[in-house]
Amino acid sequence: MGRKFWITVTAVGFGLSAATSALADEMDWGSYQVGEKRSGYTFAKPETRAIQDDEFENPAFLWVDYGEELWDTVDGTEGKACASCHESASQSMAAVGTSYPVFAPELGKPINVEQRINQCRTERMGAEPWKWESRELLAMTIYVKNQSQGEPVNVVLSDELMPFYEKGEEFYNQRRGQLDMACSNCHVDFAGGQLRANILTQGQPNGFPTYRLKWQKVGSLHRRFRGCNKQVRAKPYANGSDEYVNLELFLTHRANGLPVETPSVRN
Amino acid sequence: MTRKLITLMLAGVTSAGLMTACGSLDAADQSAPAETQTAEADMVVAYEVVDGAAIPQALTDQAGDPDNGRAVAIHRKKGNCLACHILPIPEQSFHGEIGPDLNGVASRYDAGELRLRLVDPKVLNADTIMPSYYRNDGYHRVLKDFQGKTLLSAQEVEDIIAYLQTLKEQ
Ligand code: HEC
Ligand code: HEC
Repeated sequence: MGRKFWITVTAVGFGLSAATSALADEMDWGSYQVGEKRSGYTFAKPETRAIQDDEFENPAFLWVDYGEELWDTVDGTEGKACASCHESASQSMAAVGTSYPVFAPELGKPINVEQRINQCRTERMGAEPWKWESRELLAMTIYVKNQSQGEPVNVVLSDELMPFYEKGEEFYNQRRGQLDMACSNCHVDFAGGQLRANILTQGQPNGFPTYRLKWQKVGSLHRRFRGCNKQVRAKPYANGSDEYVNLELFLTHRANGLPVETPSVRN
Repeated sequence: MTRKLITLMLAGVTSAGLMTACGSLDAADQSAPAETQTAEADMVVAYEVVDGAAIPQALTDQAGDPDNGRAVAIHRKKGNCLACHILPIPEQSFHGEIGPDLNGVASRYDAGELRLRLVDPKVLNADTIMPSYYRNDGYHRVLKDFQGKTLLSAQEVEDIIAYLQTLKEQ
């Protein structure tokens, strides 16, 4: 793998941006790169990647452990836990992290993992839905997606999903906010570029929920959307809004082939 | 003074230069919910884009102050130019490399050309990522605190231009 090579290169003292842009193309990123697609992992500092790679150092594994505990915890009026219906997550959840958002016929629209978890809680367990960004919902989402860790993202666009996908794509390319920028301005046009102290990545979703060093905790993809909206001084949408689920659908399909990294570590 | 002050409302008056710049953005904006305009929209000084290439006339009568311009260019909540450009400002670390290096920019452009590049660079390149620093309409879903406002005041634009004019090729 490219890791040892990278460390040698930076130690020799190349500027960070020069190293990423000039050498990244020649570097072997293994499964973290598929053609032109590159995970945020390939833009991260070696120290950050090392934290992600080490289960004992990666702070997000606290949430994996808590999710595992919740999986077996009975809650709600039906006296059920997740495990009552789904038994072992490593088997029953293996394909979830790679394929969501999926179309929910009963709602006539796509839903993501967080929403499926809460649907199970309210409709099958008779339990209260977990709040977005709560420790519980983050832990369960991370635990479920972690069952697909290393597997390639594979969102299949059915006819039913297409109109929602198209809305997500439109959102992605639409300029917004007082700074008048679209997601694509930063993450397509200038991916790999140096924006002040940040290296812009392709904004891939395959590591979410992610442990962000800046947040000092894990956060959902929709939290990231809100942050990226606000930094261009645009009104964000609500976590779990149709707009963000459509955007997640577009973005996750765009990541097809990259490995699920949940829980990743990012700057 | 010959220049008039006009208030640009979302559906209202707009100068020719602004029209051309906003056309393409509005077209992409059909799904936008109706924006409610805040009461205190900025007063925007009318200006003229000459030959689609420059705004020769200063926006204010007061000469630009290069020292303040430098400070505004650095300020993260104002110019934040260092997000995207390299400037001869060694005390600040991490200069962005999204746009061109601005060292020597005064040897490439005169004041009027620099003014257009700050006021509304989308007149020159509709696809540019660089924000329009002196435009307050034609945007989608602006956060409430910034609705109807320009990124910089007319005087701040003039100050930055005065600063950029000190950046001559060595
Ligand atoms: C002004 C530039 C800018 C815009 C516009 C922008 N982002 Fe970002 N985004 C960033 C920066 C900087 C980061 C942190 C570094 C990185 O991962 O690129 C980031 C990170 C991300 C990440 C995390 C990637 C990872 O590997 O962890 C995602 C996902 C993302 N953005 C999606 C979006 C979406 C969707 C939009 C539009 C709604 C958007 N961004 C708009 C600058 C921007
Ligand atoms: C988000 C990125 C971004 C920000 C912020 C930004 N610029 Fe730019 N700027 C660019 C890009 C990209 C170009 C190249 C022209 C184009 O895209 O059409 C550019 C071009 C220019 C040019 C013309 C340079 C040349 O050699 O052609 C000037 C002058 C300039 N910018 C000044 C500024 C100043 C002053 C500020 C802050 C008040 C600023 N820019 C903020 C991205 C940015």
